[in-house]
Amino acid sequence: MHAFKYHRPSSVKAAAALAKGEAKLLAGGQTLVQTMKLRLASPSDIIDLGALQDLAGIQSDGKTVTIGAMTRHADVAHSAEVKKTIPALAALAGMIGDRQVRAMGTIGGSLANNDPAADYPAAVLGMGATVITNKRKLSPDEFFKGMFTTALAADEIITAVSFPAPKRAAYIKFKNPASRFAIVGVFVADFGSSVRVAVTGAGPVVFRQAEMEKALAAKFAPESVANIKVKQDGLNSDLHASAEYRAHLVTVMAKRAVEAALK
Amino acid sequence: MAVKVSLKVNGKSVVAEVEERTLLVTVIREHLRLTGTHVGCDTAQCGACTVSMNGRAVKSCSMLAMQAEGTEVMTIEGVAHADGTLHPMQAAFKEHHGLQCGFCTPGMVINAIDFAKHHPDPSEQEIREALEGNLCRCTGYHNIVKAIGAGARAMAASK
Ligand SMILES: Cc1cc2nc3c(=O)[nH]c(=O)nc-3n(C[C@H](O)[C@H](O)[C@H](O)COP(=O)(O)OP(=O)(O)OC[C@H]3O[C@@H](n4cnc5c(N)ncnc54)[C@H](O)[C@@H]3O)c2cc1C
Ligand code: FES
Ligand code: FES
Repeated sequence: MHAFKYHRPSSVKAAAALAKGEAKLLAGGQTLVQTMKLRLASPSDIIDLGALQDLAGIQSDGKTVTIGAMTRHADVAHSAEVKKTIPALAALAGMIGDRQVRAMGTIGGSLANNDPAADYPAAVLGMGATVITNKRKLSPDEFFKGMFTTALAADEIITAVSFPAPKRAAYIKFKNPASRFAIVGVFVADFGSSVRVAVTGAGPVVFRQAEMEKALAAKFAPESVANIKVKQDGLNSDLHASAEYRAHLVTVMAKRAVEAALK
Repeated sequence: MAVKVSLKVNGKSVVAEVEERTLLVTVIREHLRLTGTHVGCDTAQCGACTVSMNGRAVKSCSMLAMQAEGTEVMTIEGVAHADGTLHPMQAAFKEHHGLQCGFCTPGMVINAIDFAKHHPDPSEQEIREALEGNLCRCTGYHNIVKAIGAGARAMAASK
């Protein structure tokens, strides 16, 4: 790892003031520290958000669940509030990586990183959550820009994410057995008047599946999606799975997610 | 440049002067000479470097020492009682032959103790899921799974 200057600011404002040029924010470090060890990132300064207690925590009023950016995956997975209001979100957090990764990794870090195979982006897009930063509020369509790319400016810090509670929802992923990242993961959320289907792992960035959303809005049942064929154009193809296989998995995972949401 | 990191390790206050880029595992192994914490993969995969930080199992190769500032860390050296009596989880690993070469064992035991606090009577499935971040090249896991089940129940019984 290359040398850097270390900062541990005590306010979001102070952190944002330090975040310029080649500086990088540090949340749980579960992605960034290994990236730096491999010298794939060599920031001049590390701004550790670890002392910002206000950024960690979960609030719920029964209709909306708001999760602070520094909230660890384990805390979301075990939260009684999240389990009650959006059980699918607690379950998703409990599927990320392994126990040790979940003890450190944060929702803010996961979203800022926007790995094409990460789990949280499926929940954010699948529920139309709002990403709140020190500067503005972003819809998922505004926030997710492309592979490992978001709308965040260099001095912009995610402070929280606000999820509207669906009537019912579920997330199912076909995981890479080594890393547990999603080869394909599908989040299905039924809001009564509308249904959202978000797919992670399959493409360069999380996306919605309009045909499935329409079919599920007409009838929220597994058979509504079972015969929808997803096109493989533009999907990822790598040593883990071909685009053709991923396209097939989207339908299978969507069907299982609807089944799980109905349980 | 150097920074100071202050934390508690196995109940003792420690202040170490380190480079900013120093990993927690480096402080533990090289500054404190607590070499029971192992480095297997150095890439967040194997869990041999697992220590407990504020009661939670974390991978000490995947965090900066400064991320442990102000925390309480427990390594395998801090698990047994002062008089050498084994912790119930360690005793269960011994009893059930939960180790062969022993390289993965410190990480396994630390993770298992944290897991057992939340699962006093875990199922085999729960134990196997809890071991997703710990690799063992020797045992085939079978006896580790048995040991953790027995250790968890022994911990619950000794409360
Ligand atoms: C073995 C292993 C398995 C994993 N498996 C999975 C998996 O199955 N599914 C999955 O989704 N993820 C997985 N991950 C990734 C994990 O969830 C990471 O924790 C997460 O991607 C990054 O979160 P972090 O808090 O560790 O962020 P860091 O590594 O600290 O930071 C990541 C990036 O986000 C930026 N950042 C951090 N916080 C903020 C903020 N508040 N505002 C703006 N920018 C910010 C940083 O500057 C950095 O660029 C795995 C990781 C490991 C090591
Ligand atoms: S050495 Fe830390 S996870 Fe392998
Ligand atoms: S006992 Fe040898 S690696 Fe687990």
